[in-house]
Amino acid sequence: MSPIFYLLAALTLAGGLATVLLKHLVHAALAVTIAFAGLALLFLQLDAQFAGFAQILVYIGAVAILIVFAILLTHGADLPKEGVFSKTWLVGLIIAAGVFAVLGWAVLASVSAVPQQNTMPAVTVHDIGNALVGRYVLPLEIVALLLTAATIGAVIVAMHEKERPR
Amino acid sequence: MAANLDQIFILLRDWLVGFLPAALRPATGVVLGVIAIVCVFPGLFALTTVFERKGLGRIQNRIGPNRVGPFGLFQPVADGIKSLTKEDVVPLSANAAVHFLAPLVLVVAVFMEFAVLPIGRNMVLVDMDAGLLFFFAMGAATELSVFMAGWSSRNKYSLLGAMRAVAQMISYEVVLLLSSVAVVMISGSLSLPKIVAAQDQFTNGFPHWYIFTPWGLAGFLIYAIAATAETNRSPFDLPEGESELVAGYHTEYSGFKFALFFLGEYLAMFSISGLGTTLFLGGWSAPFSFLTWVPSWIWFFGKVMLSIFVFIWLRGTLPRLRQDQLMNFAWKFVLPFTLLNLMVTALWRFMGEGWQRWVVCTVILVAAYVVMGRLEMRREHFGPRSYRYAE
Repeated sequence: MSPIFYLLAALTLAGGLATVLLKHLVHAALAVTIAFAGLALLFLQLDAQFAGFAQILVYIGAVAILIVFAILLTHGADLPKEGVFSKTWLVGLIIAAGVFAVLGWAVLASVSAVPQQNTMPAVTVHDIGNALVGRYVLPLEIVALLLTAATIGAVIVAMHEKERPR
Repeated sequence: MAANLDQIFILLRDWLVGFLPAALRPATGVVLGVIAIVCVFPGLFALTTVFERKGLGRIQNRIGPNRVGPFGLFQPVADGIKSLTKEDVVPLSANAAVHFLAPLVLVVAVFMEFAVLPIGRNMVLVDMDAGLLFFFAMGAATELSVFMAGWSSRNKYSLLGAMRAVAQMISYEVVLLLSSVAVVMISGSLSLPKIVAAQDQFTNGFPHWYIFTPWGLAGFLIYAIAATAETNRSPFDLPEGESELVAGYHTEYSGFKFALFFLGEYLAMFSISGLGTTLFLGGWSAPFSFLTWVPSWIWFFGKVMLSIFVFIWLRGTLPRLRQDQLMNFAWKFVLPFTLLNLMVTALWRFMGEGWQRWVVCTVILVAAYVVMGRLEMRREHFGPRSYRYAE
């Protein structure tokens, strides 16, 4: 645990907290981008270049832009009068704590389940590519099919309906 | 001698670093590299602004700037002093923090892109295993800054310009990525120095640049189109369409913040030309085997400046596209063609050496271009334009 890790963790947590606490939706969207960037830097700190850059490319380049577009296109950028904090925050807190507990338990349990390695495995982008089109080609293809289906569905939803003669 | 001249900047860095204790040397070497990048490319930007205004002037049959210094060469100095001394206006209802951060995010992200570009032999700041991915990741961050600028200004023209810019950049980023994937498929590496090394070979005096293959030529043309759109240059400069949107997303910026946007735009041009050079034009390698004695960095900068000249030439020649034409072109023509190019690249890879693959790949690409172009043109109906709200 180096000081860099603590700095990055603090950045990520601050971004996450700001996302929840800021009143303005666009500010929240920009804050979540900071959290994404912090996560990417954590990946890079662990020498996982591919995961880190993919995180930046997908989450900052696409997901953040998508969130921002969704906010602007639905006129959600105006502040509601009755305040932005939900009345059922207690339930939300309990659910979040539950999810966090399950994830934390899974991570801690995996330490004993996975055989410990003393040397750090050197995984290059080349290895990841080979694994993706070799051993994991079926999951990859299924994900690709799913995404294609989702894209076609989105196009159909967005398509102008032709006026039918009655 | 030639080898020394080729490596002169590396030798200079090592000589400078040699004065320090051994513990500080690696970090100082990196800092010197960063300083070099931060000085050289903005200097090039200053020269390019004069070059562009002069070139556009010549294309439009006028002289261009000629008052400041010999041939107007000191024009960027005057412009810089002007933008530094101008009042920094922030609109009253603007979102001050985001308004301030947007130009900074843009310039920082664009500067980061230069870290992985191989400027010459052994001249790359960080030799990353996933350098190409890093480049595109940083490019993706600039879209957010454009949105931040447009949204925080609280101006409808800014917001419209930003939305146009982001939509355009996302559409063409897909194409940009996919056209570079073809190069990765052949060279088998995401590391930019390795991609250049794969092209730095000669047969009968001619280089193995990827642009001299059917898929490489098609890929380069697609890349050039997407790069022009990605940097918001004419004919894809709708986000800044003066006749419609004042100045697009940087309408509400003045003084040095505007200068930063201007700098970011030109730096993006340099970096994207540098990447195109690296991927398709052989990076720092010489165009003929008898010219290998010329230092590698001269070739790199020569190719980049040639691309910049083409950008300026296009700007002076082509009219601006309309928004629907821009989107239709990206999604209905360029993207399918890029996907086909990927298939052709795979075919090229697995057909082995020989003349057959040249014929087969060329025939497929030309036939697809002709058929797709004809189909698109058939759908277009030419005739007098109708203006929905103006009649």
